[in-house]
Amino acid sequence: MVSVLSIADEGTAAIVVPRPSVDDRTAGIAESARGSFTLADVSVAYGDDLVIEGVDMEIPSRAVTALIGPSGCGKSTLLRCLNRMNDELGTVRVGGTITLDGQDIMRREVDPVELRMRVGQVFQRPNPFPMSIYDNVAFGPRTQGIRRRADLDALVEESLRGAALWDEVRKSLKKHAFELSGGQQQRLCIARALATKPEVVLMDEPASALDPISTQQIEDTIAELKSSVTIVIVTHNMQQAARISDRTAFMLRESLEEPAHLIEVGETKKMFTNPDDKRTESYITGRFG
Amino acid sequence: MSRARTRQARVAETIARGVMGAMAASVIAVALFVLAYIVYQGVGAIDWQFLTDVPRDRGRAGGIYPVIIGTVYVVTATAAFTLPVGVLAGIYLSEYAPRNLATRAIRLAITNMAGVPSIVYGLFGLAAFVLAAGIGRSVLAAALTLTCMTLPVVITATEEALRQIPQDIRQASLALGATKLRTIYKVVLPAAAPGIVTGSILGLARAAGETAPILFTGAVFQMRQTPDSPLSQFMALPYHIYAQVTSVPDWNRTLVWGTVLVLVAGVSIVSMVAAAWRSVQRRKIKW
Repeated sequence: MVSVLSIADEGTAAIVVPRPSVDDRTAGIAESARGSFTLADVSVAYGDDLVIEGVDMEIPSRAVTALIGPSGCGKSTLLRCLNRMNDELGTVRVGGTITLDGQDIMRREVDPVELRMRVGQVFQRPNPFPMSIYDNVAFGPRTQGIRRRADLDALVEESLRGAALWDEVRKSLKKHAFELSGGQQQRLCIARALATKPEVVLMDEPASALDPISTQQIEDTIAELKSSVTIVIVTHNMQQAARISDRTAFMLRESLEEPAHLIEVGETKKMFTNPDDKRTESYITGRFG
Repeated sequence: MSRARTRQARVAETIARGVMGAMAASVIAVALFVLAYIVYQGVGAIDWQFLTDVPRDRGRAGGIYPVIIGTVYVVTATAAFTLPVGVLAGIYLSEYAPRNLATRAIRLAITNMAGVPSIVYGLFGLAAFVLAAGIGRSVLAAALTLTCMTLPVVITATEEALRQIPQDIRQASLALGATKLRTIYKVVLPAAAPGIVTGSILGLARAAGETAPILFTGAVFQMRQTPDSPLSQFMALPYHIYAQVTSVPDWNRTLVWGTVLVLVAGVSIVSMVAAAWRSVQRRKIKW
């Protein structure tokens, strides 16, 4: 079950990247509609402790969806369901169904390793590997088995351009990633996630450890990227959610005894001007959280 | 009142610095004294003949060539057994082992292994490898005995070095679709290599200098040639020193100090090369 996706970009030769797909049904979906999630009755439990319950939402393709809510409301946990990173934590159980482009990604036979090549992630703190800038970006493609130097060079350049870092590092690709500033490191991590040609990039508070100028650059990058990939971003910063997202989902854990729920999800403009739920309004106007 | 207190604090600070500095300096002084004394006593013995000739007149004349080669063989064989087993076991404990009673028991056993006196390993090696396994007194039996002694050091060093690697780069690798195995050998192990190498060299250096584990398992007093197979007996630097001083009347002080110097210099050179390599690596990697 191997589908072939060809990537042609201005200035770079067409690279044919064989990518194992989870299910051949993806082949029937138009390129522009790739990378949309549907969550139905999703719940998450740490051991016996139910932390998220009954989440139903659509995450549309090629748009920015922001997850907002107070600390501990399960935003990051829900995000990690989308690339099954919760699997790595051992004791986490996820219920309900999550489909990516029509396929259930929670089925046992879906290989999380394949899923994660389609759903990339950028973390809260910049976490480049202790290797050169080039090797950081080439890590994902090499994992996919791409070895030809010319192919890797093209992917590295394209990814670094996508993360708006190319002009700053084009002359120093061999430099160690740790020599970059914090903001540059985070854009390197975005480039690294883009290099596997994902349909979706998950971002877990990607700018919370950065200064305002670096934050601005990350936000600009996100605005550029949404024409080609779906972005789901967790953020604490409501102004940021309002600035960069098309849709916003508000999550809340109303007391420690009960799990978090999705309170409201909708167009960002509407959520921030005329929310349906009183609790959304209170949160957005800063009355709690 | 408050001025008196700040002055008092400043005096205490000065005294504390002085005392701690003196302690640190005294450690360095002892190490330097030992080294200088060995060089002073032994350097007279070092010449081409000493390094290339066999011992003559029960070690009172001639050289220590087979002694050096014997130690090199045994330590090399020990490294060949210890490094794969120790590093892989360390990786298992750090990356794969579940957090349960069995894992805790394994860790406890390793800690205990590190605390067992070396003479006990010597007797164990005699009973297990030389006699029960029927290997006989040999390079192989001695290397296996030293392996038992060195393994806990290498396992612990590997596990500690891996723990130093931040969890979030493992997450980053997994999130890119790398398998756990690929994450370990492409990201985690290279980053942990300096610590693993340092710990391993320390363990092997100790093995090179041990007398008790090889005493019953293969080291001999006198050989005219170097070992010709893993099953032959061998001469070794620490045992040669011990045997000269305890069993040879009128032992040649210069030659024995020369042997000590060769042992210390050999171990130091390997450690220094490892330290230099590590500092180059460290300069590249800052968390």
